[in-house]
Amino acid sequence: MSEQVQNVMSVRNLSKVFKSGVFKPKYTVAVQDVSFDIKPGTIISLIGESGSGKTTIGKLILKLIKPSSGKIYYKGKDIEEIRNKDELKEYYKKVQGIFQDPFATFNPLYRVDRIFDMIYDSFGYDKSNKEERIHQVLQDVNLVPERTLGKFPHQLSGGQLQRLLIARALLMDVDVLIADELISMLDASTRIGVLNLLVELTEKKGMSVIFITHDLNLGYYISDESLIMYKGRLVESGDTKKIYESPVHPYTKMLFNSVPEIGKRWDPEEEFLPEQVIKDVEEFYKENAGKGFAAAGENHYVLYSID
Amino acid sequence: MNETILEIKNLKAYYKILKGEVKAVDDISLEIRRGEILGLAGESGCGKSTLASTLISRKPPLHYISGEVKLLGQDIMNMSKEEFQKMRLKNISIIPQYALDAFSPTKKIRTFIADLVSEHGIKPDEEFFEKVKERLDFVNLDHSVLDRYPMELSGGMKQRVIMVISTILDPEFIIADEITSALDVSSQRFVATLLARLRDEGIIGSVLFITHDLSILYQIAERIMVMYAGHFVEIGPTDEIIGNPCHPYTKALISSLPRVGIQYKDKKLSGIKGTPPSLLNIGEGCRFRFRCPYAAGECEETPQREKINDGHYIACWRWQEIGSDSNE
Ligand SMILES: Nc1ncnc2c1ncn2[C@@H]1O[C@H](COP(=O)(O)OP(=O)(O)OP(=O)(O)O)[C@@H](O)[C@H]1O
Ligand SMILES: Nc1ncnc2c1ncn2[C@@H]1O[C@H](COP(=O)(O)OP(=O)(O)OP(=O)(O)O)[C@@H](O)[C@H]1O
Ligand SMILES: [Mg+2]
Ligand SMILES: [Mg+2]
Repeated sequence: MSEQVQNVMSVRNLSKVFKSGVFKPKYTVAVQDVSFDIKPGTIISLIGESGSGKTTIGKLILKLIKPSSGKIYYKGKDIEEIRNKDELKEYYKKVQGIFQDPFATFNPLYRVDRIFDMIYDSFGYDKSNKEERIHQVLQDVNLVPERTLGKFPHQLSGGQLQRLLIARALLMDVDVLIADELISMLDASTRIGVLNLLVELTEKKGMSVIFITHDLNLGYYISDESLIMYKGRLVESGDTKKIYESPVHPYTKMLFNSVPEIGKRWDPEEEFLPEQVIKDVEEFYKENAGKGFAAAGENHYVLYSID
Repeated sequence: MNETILEIKNLKAYYKILKGEVKAVDDISLEIRRGEILGLAGESGCGKSTLASTLISRKPPLHYISGEVKLLGQDIMNMSKEEFQKMRLKNISIIPQYALDAFSPTKKIRTFIADLVSEHGIKPDEEFFEKVKERLDFVNLDHSVLDRYPMELSGGMKQRVIMVISTILDPEFIIADEITSALDVSSQRFVATLLARLRDEGIIGSVLFITHDLSILYQIAERIMVMYAGHFVEIGPTDEIIGNPCHPYTKALISSLPRVGIQYKDKKLSGIKGTPPSLLNIGEGCRFRFRCPYAAGECEETPQREKINDGHYIACWRWQEIGSDSNE
């Protein structure tokens, strides 16, 4: 238990099965038996192919959906027990998400300023320097206040809306920020500024970030620890440098083998086929039968088998 | 090998809207050589797709303003629709951005392909599908995909289907617009190398590979051209653009690229402050000057294309003074 108090967030054996269709229900195992911890003031990147369960984990932490089994602890407290209105409000004051589709977060009928008004109204922040602080955070995320405030969501780009959401997180005293493909809408030239900003937030305010991404280079740049997901399972986790330098799981290996790197060209002789990984993973699990999820080194864990 | 198959000279194409003109392709010149992959990079909204549509299909509000485009020696800007249609798929083909969204959820892949090629005057008969199957083998897809619904295929597999159709007539020149950006890294590698393999095998001739991702261009392009806000910025051999960029914008782009091996703890990368200007009724001058740390009075005038060395060209008044200042 003491271990869970130290971490700002602890996820234990988390699973989520989606059921769709009424008469002929179809079950999708989106997340299966996933466990990890988030230390205060760190950035952890969540990496995996499309459909591997990344967004689902984010939604589970934000209590937008209920787990099928498993537990999530926020500072040692089981988040399932956060039920009454005041407690929920307190939770959302500290745990925030920015999702892939920023348009969904904004009400198209209201000016974008409303997201700031809402947090001031519902979380009871000191309003005396409201305007000044809003201007400051907008500048921090590279937005011109005069060209942003007063606009409707459709008048801004996806990247601008995402930066508005980061600005909101800046304004609040967030403990955990879930950033889901935050960067994908931003261009190379603005991207680094936003990444650096996230890092500064963790350093200055002790905020933790779950950084969900497809981009391995970005994941490496920004995160202390990494989680690699494959088909709903956590297949490798731990220290970012260790995972990137000596990946063990065949899926992780394939990922690093396919990332386009400047200064290192893909081997043209190598027969590269994404589908091959399915067989490789099967074989790997067979070879390592009985080992389960185990340490491969200090702060480096690998899913060796699924028996 | 140095034969030019596409020659674009001072091309201008604007969107004419109520409020005025969006100058998305403004004085662009380039040539594509037989058998090469030319990468076109630049951030969102800089005019990459507009350049592609200008070559293929100018639909209002996009208008051709001036300049010259010669494909295999023929002036395609002043050609009739019918004449151009004859060149489609055979001489010039495109894999449009967002092509993946074109699949209809209720149509099997076979029907989707048949409908698409019929629009281009190809009869989707048995013989045609024999060729399709041959190509499916080439891209490592099982023939059974033809009888599947799009939902059952991954993004990478759908992109391969699109590539099979767009290259079915062995086009001499193909434009690939962001074909990797919606894909997982492993599919990105497969799809990008596939294009290079099709070229190596002589199935397709030359490629204009559009992407905002320079690290993919580093992998497969022989040359790279960079655009900024509708203007030409820099063009040169890949290693030269990546290793010795001369334009302040290219420099900034490359130095802000995160790469494996660089962590913020060890080395903080710096981005470029600000955002690109609106292209609506934009006036004279270097369009990067609002964000450029080296901007000076002369930048109020539009910089002319200048030669740095063989094959390396730039549009910047001050590149020589800036020299090797690495912008970090
Ligand atoms: N509400 C839902 N109902 C049914 N299935 C769902 C639902 N939400 C997600 N899924 C399924 O769960 C799996 C995991 O989805 P998730 O969105 O978590 O993936 P992801 O890793 O975020 O992918 P991407 O990189 O494409 O965003 C997928 O197979 C998806 O189709
Ligand atoms: N139909 C249109 N009417 C007016 N302006 C347009 C239209 N289509 C595009 N534009 C504008 O033209 C400019 C260039 O757009 P274009 O789509 O060519 O950019 P791009 O480089 O392909 O960007 P991306 O990387 O996002 O695909 C942008 O400023 C865009 O807003
Ligand atoms: Mg997702
Ligand atoms: Mg485009």
